[in-house]
Amino acid sequence: MMENSIWMVAAFYLLAAVIVVSALLVVVLKNIVHSVLWLAVCFIALAGLFLTLDADFLAAVQVLVYAGAVCIMVVFGIMLIQRGDMGKTNLFNSQTWAAGGVVALVLVVSGYLSAATHWVGTAVPVPGKTVEHIGTLLLSKYVIPFEVAALLLLVALVGAIVLAKEVKARC
Amino acid sequence: MLTLSVGLTQYMVLSAVLFGIGLFGVLSKKNAIAVLICIELMLNAVNINLVAFNKFVTPTLFIGQIFAIFVITVAAAEVGVGLAIIIAIYRNKLSVNLDDFDWLKW
Repeated sequence: MMENSIWMVAAFYLLAAVIVVSALLVVVLKNIVHSVLWLAVCFIALAGLFLTLDADFLAAVQVLVYAGAVCIMVVFGIMLIQRGDMGKTNLFNSQTWAAGGVVALVLVVSGYLSAATHWVGTAVPVPGKTVEHIGTLLLSKYVIPFEVAALLLLVALVGAIVLAKEVKARC
Repeated sequence: MLTLSVGLTQYMVLSAVLFGIGLFGVLSKKNAIAVLICIELMLNAVNINLVAFNKFVTPTLFIGQIFAIFVITVAAAEVGVGLAIIIAIYRNKLSVNLDDFDWLKW
């Protein structure tokens, strides 16, 4: 159940450090463009973490969809709507301390529960050819969720276009 | 000497920390796009959990990885619609500060 290879352990802690530090920078930095750049770093480190979990297809999807599409789309959104001083685009609001309290509570409870629970695991390794297994399962056992996801993407596409065009149609 | 091994617990704690950072951003940021970014961080924390469970609990069923793929799909759709909503609001209000969005107050 445990990964004991020294390289695996080193990779996990290195990637975990990169993920936590870049996520903190996403939240703390005052310029939102810098936040998005660190978000891309966080997503790529997460792809590395998926590789340590034997999920190579998911790592590729993470790089393509998150680090590629989502980050670029967010940067486009920022460039369309921000104006004025970019150095003050990502500030904290007045309830920062209350938010810190809530988050500390969530961290303590979930950290304690995940450390105290005795997980029943198996020593069976993940099969090597993940893409073949995932592809077969997606088009056989999980074909209805697969089609619903396709429909959801279509609805989101149409909805985004309608929402973004709305004001122009009125005037 | 520390016990140098990485199991389910380490991944779950990492995921909890990332979720906490995202939650803090969602609750304490002024900019609507920053809140959207922090929601992405929280969804990624959930993905770490799902893939870790996939490896350590049900390695041969691939439930966790398939669920993570669906989470990524929904997250991509959510970012698209969310950005469109923010752009539409910005055209009316010329602001992305969430404290200015108070139309539903009376």
